[in-house]
Amino acid sequence: MAILVDRALEDEDEDDTGRSWRGRVSARQRRETAVGWAFMLPDAIGLMIFVVLPIIVALAVAFFSIDGFGQARFVGLDNFVRMGSDPLLVNSLAVTLIYAGCYVPLVFVAGLALALLVQRPFPGIGIVRTLFFLPNVMSLVVIAILWQFMLTDKTGFVPRGLSTVGLGDISWLGNPTYALAAIIMISVWFQAGYQMLLFLGGLGDIPNEYHDAAKLDGAGWWQRLFWITLPLLKPTSFFIAVTSIIGAVTGMQAFDLVFVLTKGGPANSTMTMPFYIYQQAFSYNDYGYAAALTTLLVGVLVLAVGVTFAATKGARFHAE
Amino acid sequence: MLSDIATPGPAARGRTRRERDGSHEYGRRWGWRAGVGYALAAITALPILWLLITALKPASETFSMSLGPWTLDNFSYVLTRIPMPRYLLNSAIVSIAVTFIALVFHSMAAYALARLRFRGSALMFNLIVATLMVSLPVILVPLFLIVRAMGLIDNLWGIIVPGIFNAFGIFLLRQNFLGIPRELEEAATIDGCGYWGRYWHVVLPLGRPILVSLGILFFLANWNAFMWPKTILSTQELWMVQQGLASMQGQYGSDWNYITAAAMIIALPTMIMFFFGQRALVNSIKTSGLK
Repeated sequence: MAILVDRALEDEDEDDTGRSWRGRVSARQRRETAVGWAFMLPDAIGLMIFVVLPIIVALAVAFFSIDGFGQARFVGLDNFVRMGSDPLLVNSLAVTLIYAGCYVPLVFVAGLALALLVQRPFPGIGIVRTLFFLPNVMSLVVIAILWQFMLTDKTGFVPRGLSTVGLGDISWLGNPTYALAAIIMISVWFQAGYQMLLFLGGLGDIPNEYHDAAKLDGAGWWQRLFWITLPLLKPTSFFIAVTSIIGAVTGMQAFDLVFVLTKGGPANSTMTMPFYIYQQAFSYNDYGYAAALTTLLVGVLVLAVGVTFAATKGARFHAE
Repeated sequence: MLSDIATPGPAARGRTRRERDGSHEYGRRWGWRAGVGYALAAITALPILWLLITALKPASETFSMSLGPWTLDNFSYVLTRIPMPRYLLNSAIVSIAVTFIALVFHSMAAYALARLRFRGSALMFNLIVATLMVSLPVILVPLFLIVRAMGLIDNLWGIIVPGIFNAFGIFLLRQNFLGIPRELEEAATIDGCGYWGRYWHVVLPLGRPILVSLGILFFLANWNAFMWPKTILSTQELWMVQQGLASMQGQYGSDWNYITAAAMIIALPTMIMFFFGQRALVNSIKTSGLK
């Protein structure tokens, strides 16, 4: 995201018309302002009502108790105080942190490994790349249905396959120890091809001359990976890390997969924050508490992205 | 296939030229890369293939490891005995409406942001960038309250209208329109085109590739959407495909032959769109934010 923001700001600097507004405003400029807003208007209104207003309402609703009929009552900080004595919240916060903490590094490494594997051509490479990406065009519901079928206890494809090595009795989705691991692996399988495409874009921008020069100096594959490829990939890596964190913490994948596969169980072991918030809002009609939980979740997200940003200095240190 | 698109940039082009000279077509030691690639691609695709095979087998064979015999009974059951055609129609209406309206609105906004100098444009652009990170689960509860207040709950308009507005689309188009040479617009001005004429006759035709890419992305996102339709649609006649599929879990709990057939029917349009629109789709993903 920082890459986006910075580039946007540079664009603003380039055409420094902003200052002229403070001076004499010509008729042409007035006309252009009117036309500009006319072009912007449908999206400006829509974004205000359906994106900006919800953010404001979310913050406001967190201080109210709202029942199923829409009757609101101001309760101050009650919804936040209640968080302190909610063991399910602690649980789902932990689930989300474990999910993100495992998913983000795994999908990062998987995506990068796939990209390095298919970066240079071999016979049939187009089909191989296409197949890697294929899961990503299907919906999360289809993906979840697919894996629920594949993982069916004892008779499913995976337990049957694993029974040949004596692991056929594992209940992947029915055992609290394995259910979250299964959802993490399914998420990685779903998203790795997408990250591969982003990495391929980044790899394509690294000039071959760097690798050629390093080879002349006798650098091996691993040395070139760590001293040339990875440092030059930093902007791409940062983008992928941040978008994967957002996907894991507040993305659809943390809801759709859980909803179809486990409904948060067994024993709440897959109760991610988005799923818990959905339950509070739409199973118990407790919109106020759900809104308060959402602000907490956004806080977690901002913290995680902030830590990533600080740890990588916004992916800029390669340029120093 | 993805072969010709996925290795762009000057570096890649340089290598291709060298390869055409003939010395080593695939580089040295391509054998093991190909081997690992085939194996991983097979592992990735196997579950999807198994889903298709299961959908084609009679119920008695659902959990056997056999590859046949094949029948289309499951598909005909899903298309006739459950309201699948209705779900497909609802999803098609919503996806096409959102895609079309969003492309018109976003291209207009992007044109204004990329080309017109007007008071408030920087503010709008910053607002759009700031909302790029906002995903549906974050605004789900307030959005539900707002849409309910508008009386659009249990109504397809409640899916379509909020679905249109998407900061990512505006951002991507704006970045793309910045690359359109100003000279072309100046030429159009000399020919007597106003703002609307330049948008309609210059920017839209030149922006066609990115509009197609974005159109595919929008269609897929709406076709695959589950959380929002699930949240606001309760009347079964209005359900969309993902909701319909998820609901089969309870009703047809162990009839996996029907569920897998329904899953394949629902996935088919997305796969067709992917295979035919691959180049466009891949380009839009790769340009999302990085270029």
